[in-house]
Order: sequence, then C-alpha cells, then structure tokens
Amino acid sequence: MGQPIIELRHVIQRYGDHTILKNINLTLEPGKFYTLLGPSGCGKTTILRTISGFNQVTSGDVLFDGHRINDVPANHRNVNTVFQDYALFPHLTVAENVAFGLTLQKRPKSEITQKVDQTLKLVRLAGYQDRAISALSGGQQQRVAIARAIIMQPRVLLLDEPLSALDAKLRREMQYELRDLQQRLGITFLFVTHDQEEALAMSDEIFVMNNGEVLQSGTPVDIYDEPINHFVADFIGESNILPGKMVADFQVVVNGQQFECSDAGIPTDEPVEVVLRPEDLTLTDLAHAKLTMTIDTQLFRGDYYEIAATDTRGHSWLIHSVNPAEDGETIGISFRPQDLHVMRLHEKEAEFDARLGTYEGTEDADHDQP
Amino acid sequence: MTNRKNWGYFLPYGLWLVLFVIAPVALIVYQSFFNLDHQLPLNNYATYFQSGVYLKMTANSIWYALLITLFTGIISYPTAYVLHQLKHRQFWLLLVILPTWINILLKAYAFIGIFSQAGMANNFLRFIGIGPHQLLFTNASFIFVATYIQIPFMILPIYNALDDLNPAYVNASLDLGATRWQTFRRVIFPLTLPGVKAGVQAVFIPSLSLFMLTRLIGGNKVITLGTAIEEHFLTTMNWGMGSTIGVILILAMIIVMQLTNDHDQPGGFPR
Repeated sequence: MGQPIIELRHVIQRYGDHTILKNINLTLEPGKFYTLLGPSGCGKTTILRTISGFNQVTSGDVLFDGHRINDVPANHRNVNTVFQDYALFPHLTVAENVAFGLTLQKRPKSEITQKVDQTLKLVRLAGYQDRAISALSGGQQQRVAIARAIIMQPRVLLLDEPLSALDAKLRREMQYELRDLQQRLGITFLFVTHDQEEALAMSDEIFVMNNGEVLQSGTPVDIYDEPINHFVADFIGESNILPGKMVADFQVVVNGQQFECSDAGIPTDEPVEVVLRPEDLTLTDLAHAKLTMTIDTQLFRGDYYEIAATDTRGHSWLIHSVNPAEDGETIGISFRPQDLHVMRLHEKEAEFDARLGTYEGTEDADHDQP
Repeated sequence: MTNRKNWGYFLPYGLWLVLFVIAPVALIVYQSFFNLDHQLPLNNYATYFQSGVYLKMTANSIWYALLITLFTGIISYPTAYVLHQLKHRQFWLLLVILPTWINILLKAYAFIGIFSQAGMANNFLRFIGIGPHQLLFTNASFIFVATYIQIPFMILPIYNALDDLNPAYVNASLDLGATRWQTFRRVIFPLTLPGVKAGVQAVFIPSLSLFMLTRLIGGNKVITLGTAIEEHFLTTMNWGMGSTIGVILILAMIIVMQLTNDHDQPGGFPR
C-alpha cells in the first residue's frame, strides 16, 4: 500500500441532460493492474479519457500524485494511452512511431535508436524497425502501440479495449503478455474492457461499472465469489440467480427449501437474491440431492458440459459439469453452503463491505469445510 | 450475357470518351506536325524549342501557375482547417463552393468593375488616402483574381482530407507529449498531404492555360500558353503551332500528375 498515483474524487460528468459519470471515486496505487469493466456506454472510456486529459469533467477532482490535474493538458501528463484502434501513425515506420514521443523531446539520436530497439525487443518485435504500419498484423500493431506508449516511461499506462480487435487465440496470448509486461515494468496499468473473462484473468483489482457508477471493486476472486448485486453477478461469469428470503444468519429460504449459506448480518425475513455459479453445482443421485431437476438440453463445450435444466418449481438452471447427463433425465443437484451467495437488493458497496466485516472472520472457521 | 449487358452500360461513356477525349487529342497531335504551309513533321516543335518567345511564354505560364497555386495553398489550408473545426461546417463549406457555380467570365467582369479607376477598390484606397492606383491590367491583379477563382478547388480536397483524418491520431500525438503545433507539423499535415496534392493538381494544371483572365484582368501583359493557343487558333489561324503548344501543355499536365500522384508503395502509406 503506497501513496496512490491517481485518485478520482466525486467525479461527475454531464453532457447536456445525460449524466455519464455519477460521483466516481477511485484510487490507483503504483504498480498494480487495474481494470474498468462494464458494458459499452457505462462510462469506463470516459474515466480513461478523464485521466489521459482528453475529457474535462463537470465537477470533482482528478489527482495525480496528490496534485490536482483537472486543468493540465493531455500533453503535459505523465500518462500514456494505448488506443482502441491503436492510432499508429500510418505515414511513419514502426521505429518512427515508437520514437515519436522521444523525438519530440529532442533527445540525441543514438539514445532514441537504442531505446527504440530495447522497447521493440520488450514487445517481441525486434527487427521490425523499418516496417510500414500497414504491413503489420493486428497483433503486431497492438505491440507497436504498446511500445510507443511504454517507451515514454509513464507512471500510468491506460489501455482502451486494446484487445477487442484481435481474434480469440491472439487475445489470450496478449493477456499473458500484457500481464507479464506490467509486472516486469512495474507501471500501473488501467485497462478498460467489456470482456469479463479478460478482466478476471489479468487484473489485481477490478472496478465493475454500470450506468456511470462503480458498482463494486475488488480482486477478481472477491468479485466473482461475492458479487454485490444482480447486475454484477450476471455480468461476471454465468450465474443462476433466484429470489429468496433470509430466515436467520447463515440460513436462507430459496424455492421453498431452507439452505445453509455463508451470509449473515441481514435482517430476518428480508427478501434477497441468491446466486449459484453453474460450476459450483454438482450432479448427484436423488438421495443426496438438495434440489431435484429435469435436464432439458446440454451442450458440449470442450472442457465441460453446459446443461440447461428445470427444477420442480419451474426455474431454469445452468449447470457446468464434467460428466454428461441424459436429456429428460430427472437428477439431483448438490452444492456447498459457501457456494450459495446471498445478495441484498439495493445494497451499496460500502454497506456490503461493512456487513462482510462483521462476520467474515468467523465464517471461514465455521463454514468452509470442503 | 452479363458481359454484353455491361458493355451496354459502358456505351455512353465510351462514346463520350472517344468523341471528346481521344479524338481531339489525336487531332491535336496530328495537327501539331503541320505548320501553315503543311511542311515537314516536327517543324513546329523545332520552332517552339528554338524560339525565345515560346520558351519565355512557357516559363511565364509555369511561373504564374506556380504563384497562383502557392497563394491558393497558403490561403486554402488554414481556411480548410478552420472550416473543419466550425460547428455548422457544411453551411460554411457551401459558402466556399457557391462562387464556383458562377461563370468565370462573369466573375472576371465583376473584378474589372471592382479594380477599375472608379471602382470599389480604388474608392477605398482614396478613402484611406493612398489612392488611386492602376490596379486593373497588372500582374498582381491577375494573380489575385486567378487565386480567388481557384481557392474553392484547393479548399475542397484539403477539407476532405482533414475530414478523413482519424481524430485518434491527433489524440495519440498529444498523448505522447506533442504540442498543438508539433501535432500539426508531424501528424496532421503529413496525413492530409494527399489532399494538398489533389488540390495542387486541381489548381496548377488549369492555371497553366488560363487565358481569359490574362486578357481581361492582366491586360495581356503576361502571355501564357493558353493565350498563345487561343491566338494561334482564332487570330493567326496557325492551327499547327497552336496544336504543338497544346501537346506541350498536355505533356506538362502529365508531368504534374506524375509528380503529385500518390505512388502506391508496396504495403505502405504514400510517403
């Protein structure tokens, strides 16, 4: 925990009647990989542009190293961006593109050449100096864009959906490379994406956004395991979400059945929503079943079967199972208490964190037996 | 079948091409080999290249076309740049295009009025106490009017090039620490150069053969190739010599086209 590099305090952005950002507060610490995750139009790119200096916020403070930088123009900020469509200069070669920022600073030629070579090597493009941009593949252009930004040695690197134009295989490769690059350089990365898989794979911390608000922030594991509300649960990974009712601490009623769960601090009889991840559901015989359901269809996904089923009350379920089932078969489902996650309706992140704090310590001891 | 149909669509254009482009050019080339007395081929070309008058005329044409292009460019680029950043830019662009819908001769006559001894320009000079001056029939007024007439043809391609420029390039440049001016010099201008070249083609080539303006505004003090062609065909009836100059003009145009064309580099942006 160092001194934060970037802080947004009560940032609000309005365009006419539209409020794009509603009171955003976030803090970026040095050397971490952050992700802004949300559907398109949720305001994540606006936050990026606010930090890079291409957007003037309506109100609120943008701090860099503790100094307010709202009025510092983009070309004076120690922040660089990898743009969504790369924005590589088509009239310059690879080396000229990468050197662009340094030549502006009128550094000696030999120093520039050496740094360009070094940086190109870092992004595994050694020997591509004199290529034209149009002669590069999408993945190579991507790397040039990264090289052009990191050669400036920014304190913070902003990445605006940089992988969205790549095919699935290359995207996975670049996820590893970006993560590796971030750890080697020790620069703070702020990565914008609408791809939850990408966010989960790479980030130290994720900010889940919707409609101009940060709904939840935390490590990928936290957010996946304990989504704060319906939107987050639905957006991150796949989930079965059912209405339920809290009957006591660690006891919830779903589908007319009472289950043990790992949540507490919720008033008795409060209506809640319950999340069960498809991969946490296990197919079992009817004798050991917590729930009974009928298999509708199943799809083979390579490493697992995606099974759609309907329970006795007519709710549809999604189950990920290593073993196949029979269509039309009636089957039992079991899960562990800690797989059942309870979400309160309209709970804010601060309240959620406070509530978790009241019982988290005991929960691990009492309820985490495998 | 489909092939034959396609040929049918091509027919009007093909006819137009043959009758009004290929045939006239062929006739001009053919005519250019004969002088007044239908003497030996290449005679006209020998005359042309041996005569100081014609060479000077050519030099004049090129020099004035260059000046006109230069002034047009100096005025048009900033104009297109500012225009492109305006809110109602389509409206302002329309105002730029509007004058091109008026016949060039009408505009020339209007300038005769404006530049004459009792014209608006001299009235203004008198008013501020430094006039009147002889404005009409000077080289300066010729260049002024020619530039005025050519400006829209330069603004349009530059404007289009600016419009095609992806704003992300500008942001990327600023992001890397460039000032506004550095961004312009290193990114915006090089990337809109194709528009400038198209503008140069649209202005320089027609300027080579301007002839009505040289007479009406320039008072025939500058004889350009255009004037020479007109004189040979209509006054001295020396069609051969007129055609020869025509051929030279066509060659000049081809050379300019070659110089300003974007040569497709293998897999690269035209540099």
